[in-house]
Amino acid sequence: MSHSIHSDVHSEKNDPLNVTNPEHAEHHIVSPVQYIMVYATLLIFTLITVGAAYIDMGAFNPVVALAIATFKMIIVLLFFMHVKYSSRLIKMTISCGFVIFLVLITMTLTDYMSRAWGRW
Amino acid sequence: MSATTIVSLPDQATAQMPKRSYLNNEHGLLSWLLTADHKRIGMLYLLSITFFFFIGGAFAGLIRLELLTPQPDLVASDTYNKFFTMHGIVMIFLFLVPSVPATLGNFLLPIMIGAKDLAFPKINLLSWYLYMAGGIFTLASLVLGGVDTGWTFTTPLSTHYLNTHVLTTATAIFIAGFSSIFTGLNFIVTIHRMRAPGMTWFRMPLFCWSQYAASLLMVLGTPVLAIAIVLLALERLFGIGVFDPAKGGDPLLFQHLFWFYSHPAVYIMILPGMGVISEVISTFTRKRVFGYTAVAFSSVAIALFGFFVWAHHMFIMGVSNYSALVFSLLTMLVAVPSAIKIFNWAFTMQKGSITFETPMLYAFGFIGLFTIGGLTGIFLGSLGMDVHLTETYFVVAHFHFVMVGGMLMAFLAGIHFWWPKLTGRMYPESLSKLAAVVTFIGFNLTFLPQFVVGYLGMPRRYHAYPAEYQVLNVLSTAGATILGVGYMLPILYLGWSLKYGAIAGNNPWQATGLEWQIQSPPLTENFLETPIITHEAYDYEWLEEKMKLEKQEVTHVG
Amino acid sequence: MPREHAVHDEHDEHHSLPQLRHHFETEEQQREAGSFGMWLFLLTEIMFFGGMFMAYLLYRNWYYPAFAAASNQLNVPLGAINTAILITSGFFMALGVWAAEVRKKSTLVLMLVLTAVFGLAFLGVKSDEYYEKYEKHHIPGNSFNISEFVNPPINAKTGKPTEEPLMPDMAQKTQVFFFLYFAMTGMHAFHMIIGLFLLVWLIWRAQRGDFTSGYVAPIENFGLYWHFVDIVWLFLFPLLYLINRHPFK
Repeated sequence: MSHSIHSDVHSEKNDPLNVTNPEHAEHHIVSPVQYIMVYATLLIFTLITVGAAYIDMGAFNPVVALAIATFKMIIVLLFFMHVKYSSRLIKMTISCGFVIFLVLITMTLTDYMSRAWGRW
Repeated sequence: MSATTIVSLPDQATAQMPKRSYLNNEHGLLSWLLTADHKRIGMLYLLSITFFFFIGGAFAGLIRLELLTPQPDLVASDTYNKFFTMHGIVMIFLFLVPSVPATLGNFLLPIMIGAKDLAFPKINLLSWYLYMAGGIFTLASLVLGGVDTGWTFTTPLSTHYLNTHVLTTATAIFIAGFSSIFTGLNFIVTIHRMRAPGMTWFRMPLFCWSQYAASLLMVLGTPVLAIAIVLLALERLFGIGVFDPAKGGDPLLFQHLFWFYSHPAVYIMILPGMGVISEVISTFTRKRVFGYTAVAFSSVAIALFGFFVWAHHMFIMGVSNYSALVFSLLTMLVAVPSAIKIFNWAFTMQKGSITFETPMLYAFGFIGLFTIGGLTGIFLGSLGMDVHLTETYFVVAHFHFVMVGGMLMAFLAGIHFWWPKLTGRMYPESLSKLAAVVTFIGFNLTFLPQFVVGYLGMPRRYHAYPAEYQVLNVLSTAGATILGVGYMLPILYLGWSLKYGAIAGNNPWQATGLEWQIQSPPLTENFLETPIITHEAYDYEWLEEKMKLEKQEVTHVG
Repeated sequence: MPREHAVHDEHDEHHSLPQLRHHFETEEQQREAGSFGMWLFLLTEIMFFGGMFMAYLLYRNWYYPAFAAASNQLNVPLGAINTAILITSGFFMALGVWAAEVRKKSTLVLMLVLTAVFGLAFLGVKSDEYYEKYEKHHIPGNSFNISEFVNPPINAKTGKPTEEPLMPDMAQKTQVFFFLYFAMTGMHAFHMIIGLFLLVWLIWRAQRGDFTSGYVAPIENFGLYWHFVDIVWLFLFPLLYLINRHPFK
C-alpha cells in the first residue's frame, strides 16, 4: 500500500495533463513581465470599449461591450488570478459558477421572452 | 488502528466509556463556545436546532388548534397569519436547512472520510454563530410582534402593504443564509481536499455524496436568495421600484430570484436525509447499497436538475405559458433520480438480513412517506393539475410529506443511528421504537386528510373555512397531537440516555463505516493515526465471510 | 505510518511551518484547500451579483429609452478613469502576490500599500460621482427629478434637444436605472471597503514578515478576492456607463 501511494505521488510530477490527481497543481509563480503585459492589455481594452460605445453599431453595441468585458475578465482570471496555472478542479469550479449563473439568466429569460413574443 | 483490518467488532457487553473523548477533552462553557472541533460544533448545532424546532412546532400546534373549528375563534386573522409565517420561517431556515448537514454532517463527514477536522474549523464555528445571530433576529421579530408575509416574502405584499417586522426577519434569513453557505463551502472543500489515503470518491459513504450534492446547492443557490432579500429590503426601506409594478418593477422577478434558491433549497433539505437513509438501510440489511454508483450520481443529478425547475412554484403567478410548459416538463426529470434512490433502497433490502432497530423503523417511515410526497409532487409539477391544486392544502400536505415525513424521519433515523457514536450511550430501544411508530401514525393522521381537504378546495393560509371541511380538519389536528407526542418522546429519552443509557461501545451496529471503527464518543482528533482505506464503505458481504472464517477457525481449534 | 513516509518524501522541501494547522497533513494540502475555499466563496459572489445583473438585464430591455437616457447622465471620463484606477490597483495586487512568492518583504508591503491607495482613489472618484447624482436629484426616492428627461436641455448651436425627450411615464423608469446603478455600484463599493479593511490588516502582517517566509496563502487568497471585485467592475462599467453613447441626431 505504502509503495503504491509513493509511486502515485511521484508520477504526478511528470503529469502535464494533470490526470492522476486533478485536484493538484504545481505552484507556479507568474513573472512581473507577464503582469505588465496583462496590465497594458487591460488598459488598452478599456480605451477600446469606451471608443466602441461612441460608434453606432445598432444592436451590436452591447454585444461588443460585453465581448470586450468578457475578454478582460478572462485575462484577469487566467493571469492575475493564476487560473491558467491552477488545477483542473479550480478550472471546473469556475466554469460551474458561470454555468449556473447562465442558468439563472437564460431560464428566467425564457419566461420574460415568451411572455411577450416579438417585443424582445 | 492498523491499515489492514477495517472493521473492529468489539464485544458490546464489556464496553466501557473511554476515559478521554471530545466531550471531556476540555471543560467549561467557554471551551464549547470557542471550540473549533467539528464534533462539538455539531453538538452545538444539535442543541440549537432542537430549540428552534420546538418553537416552530409550537406554532404548528397553534395553527392546528385554530383550525379545529371552522370559525376564526382562537386568534384574529392577523395573528394567524403571523403564526404560519413564523412556523414556516423557523422550520425552513432554522431547522430543515441546517438539520442534517450542520449536526450529523458536521459531526460525521470528516470522520467518514478519515480526516481530523473540516477544512476550515474556524469558519465552521463562524457559521454556527451566524446561525445563532439569524435565530436571534428571528426571535426578535417574533417578540416585537411577528411578521405575516408567509415564509415566501411575496412582493409587493412584503414591500408595500405590511407593517410588520419584515426587515428584521429578512436580516435574520440573510444572516442564516451565510451560515448555510459557509457550511456548504466547508463540506465541499473537505470532501475534495481532506480525504484519507485510499478514500476514493467511490469508496465514500453515500452520506458524504448526498452532503456534497446538498452543499453544491447551498453554495450556488443561497447567494441568490441573499440578493433577492437585499433588494426587497432596499425597496422596503427606500420605496424604490425593482419589484413594485406601480413604479415599473416586476414582482415576478422577485419570485424568480426567490425560487431560484428556494426550490433547490428543498433538495438542500431532503438530500442529506437521503444520505442518512442509505447508511441506515445498508447497515440494518447487512448489505452493500444496491447500485452504489447510481445512488451516488442520483444525488448529484437531483442537485443539478434542481436548478432547472424553480418556476413550477409560479405557474399561476403569470409566467408565460410556454415557459411554464418547459418548467413543467423539466420538473418531471427530478422524479428520475429520486425514483432511482427509492428503487435502489428497495433492492438493497431484497434478500438482506433485515433487523428492525429504531433507525430502520424511521427509515421505513421515510421511504413510505417520501414516496407519497414525491408522487404528489408530480401532480403539482404537472401544469394543468397545478392550476387546480396550488395554494390549497394539497400543497401543504405534499411538502409536509417530503419535508416532515421525509426529512424529519431521516433526521430522527440519523440521530438514533449515530446517537451511540455522538454520546457513547445507547438510547432505550423499546421506547424509541414506540416513538417511531407513534410519529408515523401521527404523521399520517395529520397530513393524509390534508390531501383530501386540499383536493376538495380548502385554500392554505386561511384561518376560517366552510363547515363541511371540519371533520377532516379535526382528524388532522388530532394527528398533530399524536405527532407532538412522537416528537416529545425522543427529547425525553435521549436526554435520559445521556446519563443512564447503556454504554454503547465502538460499534454497536457491527457496521463497516469508518466512523464505527473509532471509539465512541470519538477523540478530539478523531484518528490517532491517519487511516488507510482499502475497502468501500459497505463491505458487509466481506464482513460476513470474515466472520464465518473466524468461526470455522474457532471450531477447528476446538 | 506509511502515509507519513510518502508525504514526507514528497514534501521535504516544504519544511514544516508554524502556519500549518493541525488537521492538515501537509502545507500543500492546506494551501490548496484554502484557495479552493476562496474560489467557492467567489462562486457565491458571482451568484450574489448575478441576481442584480438579472434585474439589470430585464429592466434594460423593458425600459431601454429610459436606461439610455439615464446612462447618458453618467460621467464617462470619470468612469473610464476609475476603471483604469481599479485595474492599476489590481495590477499592484498581482505584483504583491509575486513579491510574497519571491519573498521580498519591502516590495510586498509597498505593493499592498499601492493597492490600497488606488482602491481608495477609486472610492474617492466614486463618491464624487455619487455627490453629482445627489446634486442633480438622480437619487431614487422622493427627491428624484425627471424633468431633465422629459425636457432635455437644448443644444445652443443646433437648437435641438441634446437627448431624445422621454414621455413622463418612461422618464419615471429612469428611477429604476438609477436604483440599479446605486445598488450595483454600491454593493461593489461595499466589497471594496471590506477589501480595504482586510488590506490594512494584511499590510500590518506583511511588514511583520508573516508572508515572506513561504507562507503566501493569505496574500494569494486576498488577491483572488480583490481581482474578483475588479472583474465585477469590468462589467459594471460598460453596462452602466456605455449603454447609448452615440450622439442623438
